[in-house]
Amino acid sequence: MKKVRSLIITGFGINCEEEMASAYQLAGADAEIHHLNDIFGGRINIQDYFILNFPGGFAFGDDLGSGKVLSNKMKFKKMSNGNSFFAEIRKFLRDGKFILGICNGFQFLVKMGLLPNISGKWQQEVTLTRNDSGKFEDRWIHCKVNSQNRTPFLDGIDVLPLPVRHGEGKFIVKNEKIKNEILKKKLNCLSYCDAKGNIVAEYPLNPNGAELNCAGLTDKTGQIFGLMPHPEAFLSLYNHPDWARLKRVFPQISEKGAGLKIFNNIVEHIMRNN
Amino acid sequence: MRNQIQLLLKNEIKDVLGEKVQQDAADFFQIDTGKVKTSKIYNVLFDLSQPELERFANLGLKDEMIHHVYINELFHDPFFQTFLLVAKLPGVTDDEGISAQKTLNDILELQLDVKTQHIYSNDLFLFEKALSHKNLQTLAENLLGNKLIHHFEFGEFTGIIDYLPEVKISSKEMVSFIDLNVSDKELLELSKRMLLSLNLEEMKAIQSYFLRSDVIQKRHKMELPTKPTDCELEVLAQTWSEHCKHKEFAATIHYEDRETGETETINSLFQTYIRKSTEIIKKRLEKAGNDWLLKIFSDNAGVVKIDDNSVFVWKVETHNSPSAIDPYGGAITGILGNNRDPLGTGIGGGKLLFNTDVLCFAPPNFKKKLLPGQLHPRRIFNGVRHGIEDGGNKSGIPTVNGSIIFDERYSGKPLVYCGTGGVMPIQFNGKNSWEKKIENGNLIVMAGGRVGKDGIHGATFSSAEIDEHSPQSAVQIGSPITQKLLADFLQEAAEKGLIKCSTDNGAGGLSSSIGELAEISGGAIVHLEKVPLKYPHLKPWEIFVSESQERMTLVVKKANLIALQKLAKRREVEISSIGEFTDNGFLDVQFAGKRCAYLDMEFLHDGVPKKIMKAVWEKPQFKEPSFSKKLDYNEILFKLMGSLNICSRESVIRQYDHEVKGKTIIKPLMGEKAKTPQDAAVMRINFQNYIGIAISNGICPKFGDLDPYQMSAGAFDEAIRQIIAVGGKLPDPNSNRFWSVNDNFCVPDSAYDPVSNPDGKLKLAKLVQMNQALFDMATFFNIPMTSGKDSMKNDFKAGNVKISVPPTILYSMTAKIDDVRRTITSDFKAANDLIYQIGKTYDELGASEFYNLFGELGANVPKVRKENAKVIYQKMMLANEQNLIESCHDISDGGMAVAVCESAIGTNFGVELELSELQNLSLNAILFSESHSRFIVSIDQKNKKIFEQIFADDCTLIGKINSSKNLQIHFQKKKVIDMEMRELEQVWSNGLS
Repeated sequence: MKKVRSLIITGFGINCEEEMASAYQLAGADAEIHHLNDIFGGRINIQDYFILNFPGGFAFGDDLGSGKVLSNKMKFKKMSNGNSFFAEIRKFLRDGKFILGICNGFQFLVKMGLLPNISGKWQQEVTLTRNDSGKFEDRWIHCKVNSQNRTPFLDGIDVLPLPVRHGEGKFIVKNEKIKNEILKKKLNCLSYCDAKGNIVAEYPLNPNGAELNCAGLTDKTGQIFGLMPHPEAFLSLYNHPDWARLKRVFPQISEKGAGLKIFNNIVEHIMRNN
Repeated sequence: MRNQIQLLLKNEIKDVLGEKVQQDAADFFQIDTGKVKTSKIYNVLFDLSQPELERFANLGLKDEMIHHVYINELFHDPFFQTFLLVAKLPGVTDDEGISAQKTLNDILELQLDVKTQHIYSNDLFLFEKALSHKNLQTLAENLLGNKLIHHFEFGEFTGIIDYLPEVKISSKEMVSFIDLNVSDKELLELSKRMLLSLNLEEMKAIQSYFLRSDVIQKRHKMELPTKPTDCELEVLAQTWSEHCKHKEFAATIHYEDRETGETETINSLFQTYIRKSTEIIKKRLEKAGNDWLLKIFSDNAGVVKIDDNSVFVWKVETHNSPSAIDPYGGAITGILGNNRDPLGTGIGGGKLLFNTDVLCFAPPNFKKKLLPGQLHPRRIFNGVRHGIEDGGNKSGIPTVNGSIIFDERYSGKPLVYCGTGGVMPIQFNGKNSWEKKIENGNLIVMAGGRVGKDGIHGATFSSAEIDEHSPQSAVQIGSPITQKLLADFLQEAAEKGLIKCSTDNGAGGLSSSIGELAEISGGAIVHLEKVPLKYPHLKPWEIFVSESQERMTLVVKKANLIALQKLAKRREVEISSIGEFTDNGFLDVQFAGKRCAYLDMEFLHDGVPKKIMKAVWEKPQFKEPSFSKKLDYNEILFKLMGSLNICSRESVIRQYDHEVKGKTIIKPLMGEKAKTPQDAAVMRINFQNYIGIAISNGICPKFGDLDPYQMSAGAFDEAIRQIIAVGGKLPDPNSNRFWSVNDNFCVPDSAYDPVSNPDGKLKLAKLVQMNQALFDMATFFNIPMTSGKDSMKNDFKAGNVKISVPPTILYSMTAKIDDVRRTITSDFKAANDLIYQIGKTYDELGASEFYNLFGELGANVPKVRKENAKVIYQKMMLANEQNLIESCHDISDGGMAVAVCESAIGTNFGVELELSELQNLSLNAILFSESHSRFIVSIDQKNKKIFEQIFADDCTLIGKINSSKNLQIHFQKKKVIDMEMRELEQVWSNGLS
């Protein structure tokens, strides 16, 4: 097949669109960055793409709570053709396509009700809110992949070091029932852990006090994947805070960053299946 | 009709903010608040039906996982005995209110006006304890708000909040005329009354301009009387302000050096030292066939060439006075304002790559009684830090580099240096991106935020004009989201070739931006009624000089206006065509057809009389202290590591996003535990290759007390050596690798006055010497200034007390890195690696952190020996080319002992040093002297021979990395330091908490 087309949404304070596009380019996809208003205005049709991406940033400055104003826009505002964007997204998913949301993008996905969507009614069931530390923090953490979650994004990954950079990443679930469903269906695909992969709740290994130590989530199809840490900020070995020592200790270490694997995975998955 | 919506956290949700308020109230003010409950109130002035209101509240505002929502009734529970409301004063930026308006339109599919404020947000705090009026006022003014921007209500909660910060102005949009044919005394009074800040000579220059017959004749034709308008005087005052015209750096200075007996007349510090050094370097570069120095001292920022595809644009500014009165607002407007400098350079629309912020504060544990209007240093620190966090993080610009310096003399005015670098393609649509070209007939387009009374006459706004509905104008809060949209739009417009060029609207507003651009074409005509306002009834002159933030002025070809307007609409950025550029030599400002100003451009820009100042240098006398032989070096090192100027900045650094964009290669903290402090930041510029930029800063005001020349030279050297430390290569006229400096002077008032500033001549002499050092260092190393800034009045006055900053110079430096993969970090890499000191230590403990521990200043200032430094740096480059250096850390505050500790911190290694090789010096000097141009380097043992061949006498083997987890230092067969690294790491990590 031709190259996989990946659409990266920007505008309104989203600010990680370029590194996200680079991630897909490095993974061999065709990455295009488009302003959300160009989708609403009908210049861009999301159905022309295989992957829809919501990058990190500070949409509307996190006013009214992170991701809130932009998710309201995506969920409720009508596009120029009279359809709702949300309806377009549902059609996109029915076609078996993929959605990735990182950090602020993950916040949009949960606030729109796209994740985890246990009820199937596209209603908000979890939230991401102010860190227990009360602070925005930029630090590298580790996440453990839930081997029983089947999303193609995480194929072949076990423990992943990545930076988190957020003030509102604390995962809270609406009630015990939903929490149990998340666990039962193995939707909590990424958990904060120590360097060896032991899942822990201790700060700062769990940087925000997230319930279930949850760093990332999928829906039950595995088509929608959202996470707080930034894989697009670890495309190169030289993004890692300890790269200089790692090169000394492992002279043959790859110059590729571990975060790139997520993008390679999904692009390869789509290539294989289309 | 007003509707009120309140959002309250559910009981089972941790109220993180409330807990922090409770903790801070106890820690900082010893106030026991009991449990604190926080909530948000939105006052909605749009006319909405009940179902609309409910839909908006429940879908638009509430996060149903965590909130309860109350509509037109407020949560009221007798458990909470007192309350505090923090609302904004009229006219203060309320982004949350604006965002709520936008979401209201989206959810209800309405087309309400969201450009002016109709939803006002405020914060309500409920306290369990019955707090006294005094305690509530303390919390209001010193913890949760600032009376310059907030309205407070507090006491026992009745469940009703009525306050609305609507702006209402009753004045008319009129122009008044001012009689200048008055006595000198009256001229000065006029300057004072109108807050023009012009001196008598300047007022007289203006007076005689309006008496010129050619001027009278021209004005007559324009139907203007001979008397100037209020707008004209305001424009002249703004254009001639110290901020814009740098009158002291342009002054003629009679300099007398009583140490040597020589006298000299310096015709402008800027021309003589700063500009001249760069011109000399430029000539050398041109001679060698180099073409990377593209733009110096013009436009908003300097420009250098990275390679054939891209240019680097960068600027460092200060925002000291605003940060002194409103630390958060001052810092955030400083960052955002400085971002607009590289953004508005040349055509504009560059991509911003990084921020760098250097801060000078008084110690956070400051104990002296505060003067009226003086904020506590801890509060300034927290507020400024928060402003930098929001300014950078919310704009998606990584804050990659910085420095914090503590000295009690910054308790009146903190120094807040904000720097930003950006990258532009070398051309946009076939036009050189860094050039500004404007022709007669090009349109003036204002883009971004709207205009209010913000920043008009700064903090001196007359109290007589203020009532409860007057917009506050003294301080401003930046809106990163407004600016982010503007920046994205500008980049897109530049790429599409829709703008000819652009500039920032910062200090001086439209008056400044249009006034400066009009110099290129030779004139401009402006229609102020076309400028969109935040609220009605601003006077024309107010519209013209307002400093409302997040605005740019764009220059647009008439043929492109429609396309630009369409793009702006799609990007939700407001733009307005407000006039056009001309070539008739006049700045012509009108409001609805009525002329408000008609000024000769030549007089406007060159008419300001030159200042004449006097500087006298007398060498101060200092003495070295004496010490007993029996010092406990374990204790000294422990104290040094925990001292304010040395300890870890991690708590600050972690709150800045320093890696958004994914291009930060050397971050502020690196190594196995990501704790080891680094010397310079390194960024790559794209994902296609490994070309990068190193960013450093040199600043050491403490040495200025002993010797201002050596202080300035030392700061310059520090900036260079940090770049060498990470693997940079020295400037070389034969290579096309750019280096660039921004010089940034922040000094106390240096204009002599027998009463108010009796030591002004000495202060000015220090400034002269700082400039001389700049010239000597720049020309010696071939590092050009590409831009700079001076801030001349860093004094805080209350009654008879004056707190002046020590003369401070910051050199912010950048250099191209050929391959970021070959840069070097400061953390030790492996056990058994050898540790060397590179460069020589001298008995130079003057103003050291070591002396500071004992309250001593000393006399022996560290001197820069630039010829030696260059040799050392060249050897470092040679060693790097052969990949010999495993870690490198520059030696500065605290000397060699501290540098070694810092390289070991955050690793799992210990260190053993044997210092007897350095025995011609005292142990104090060996360990703690802060001599310049030195490094701590570690290498793999196998490279010992070749390494020592390169460095010869310039390196001293001082020890070895081991796996012991201890630091042991031996000197003359004695163990002088024996400590666990863990304890050093701990005290270093907790120094700011």
